[in-house]
Amino acid sequence: MTPIDMAIQAGIWALEILAIAAPVALSVAYITYFERRIIGWVQVRQGCNRVGPAGLLQPLADGLKLFLKETIIPARANKLLFVGAPLMSLVPALIAFAVVPFGETSLFGIWDTPHVMAISNLNMGLLYVMAISSLSIYGVLMAGWASNSKYPIIGSIRSTCQMISYEIAMGFGLVTVMMLAGSLNLSDIVHAQAGGILHWYMIPLFPMLIVYFISGCAEVGRTPFDLTETEELVSGYHTEYSGMWFATFSLAEYGAMILISLMTSILFLGGWYAPIPALDIIPGTVWLLGKSAFLIFVFIWFRATFPRYRYDQMMRLGWKIFLPWTLGWIFVVGLFIYTPGLDSIIDFWLAWR
Amino acid sequence: MGAAYLANEYAPIFIFILVAIAMGAAPLVLTLFLAEQKPDAEKLSAYECGFEAFEDARLQFDVRFYLLAILFVVFDLESAFLFPWAIVLDQIGLFGFVEMVLFLVVLLVGYIYAWKKGALQWE
Repeated sequence: MTPIDMAIQAGIWALEILAIAAPVALSVAYITYFERRIIGWVQVRQGCNRVGPAGLLQPLADGLKLFLKETIIPARANKLLFVGAPLMSLVPALIAFAVVPFGETSLFGIWDTPHVMAISNLNMGLLYVMAISSLSIYGVLMAGWASNSKYPIIGSIRSTCQMISYEIAMGFGLVTVMMLAGSLNLSDIVHAQAGGILHWYMIPLFPMLIVYFISGCAEVGRTPFDLTETEELVSGYHTEYSGMWFATFSLAEYGAMILISLMTSILFLGGWYAPIPALDIIPGTVWLLGKSAFLIFVFIWFRATFPRYRYDQMMRLGWKIFLPWTLGWIFVVGLFIYTPGLDSIIDFWLAWR
Repeated sequence: MGAAYLANEYAPIFIFILVAIAMGAAPLVLTLFLAEQKPDAEKLSAYECGFEAFEDARLQFDVRFYLLAILFVVFDLESAFLFPWAIVLDQIGLFGFVEMVLFLVVLLVGYIYAWKKGALQWE
């Protein structure tokens, strides 16, 4: 490979990356819009409808406003960590999208075999997503510690504890997916669910779907679990941040929410496959994004519906309910695989037998 | 597998890291120049609902957070152990499954102990 080839290849990768990162940033902006509209409708009011047609320019106006706000770096803060914290939470939220397969394409028949539309089709994609998305905990910790102020530090300690607690349930829940699919590669996991809604992992692993989605909700700190943003703590770990610096944290939060929705669709809801094989003529990307959009709607629906958990209730849910539940389900799946008689039931979903 | 695989699959991730840092840092740098900056001593003090901040913020915190962090390490190692096991389940068969169940039972004893001791209890 000559240096010119390598430069061209790097350029193509950079374009692919921008083709994913820019829509993520844009959809974050519009998720905030839909969040306000949907919650508005749920509460029988309008939501934002003044800026532009039906309020569609509202997110851009919000962004501009945040952009033109003064940057305040508290005098007693640890400057280096304070500046680094927003990046530390945003970068993992973005780079986790590197392995997400957005569908399969043969580029209108130009390629003989369908290629997976992912920036990097890693063999250990699922592990990569788990590892990278847990890095954003450092951003929370850094922000709270660096601010050197009471609300942020209490908020960040609570937040960290919440995130690590639910990460365990999440990890154990995903083990059952790997047991069935026999692979960490996200496109292999989707291929294992080919052939209609009955093959999707949401049927044998329904409790794990619930655990994964709710744990995702807690990881991101969305509403039933937004204890770090309770009134008593002002705004949690990003209390001292202002303007664009604050916006970077919420960009990371919404980015992580999109990621959780995409991962739930890929792991449990058949990824880019249609519920009925005949409907596969509609491009897979449409199905995947449609499923994810529905899950994002569920996130917003949660926010409009449920009151906030208390801290002890939340810890109880993570450690005393989800953890035994996931461990038990690993045992149940294993039992089904190795018990003669029962194995014929699970064979339907088992990719490797 | 090998050098070509690594180059093809991981090089884009490194480029992505650079792009992500640029995407995150660019607005933060630009806002410093485009927005009006008028810092003063009151603005730069720590936010404490209008009161003067009266002691260092890095105060003591509840030991239960620490305890949970230790439990987290134990269980997270556990899931790091379960991941490769689940991937090769087709090759290790029933023996591998029984081994893992025995291992999980040992873990479960520790979990029940922690539960009974009240390590998971928040009131």
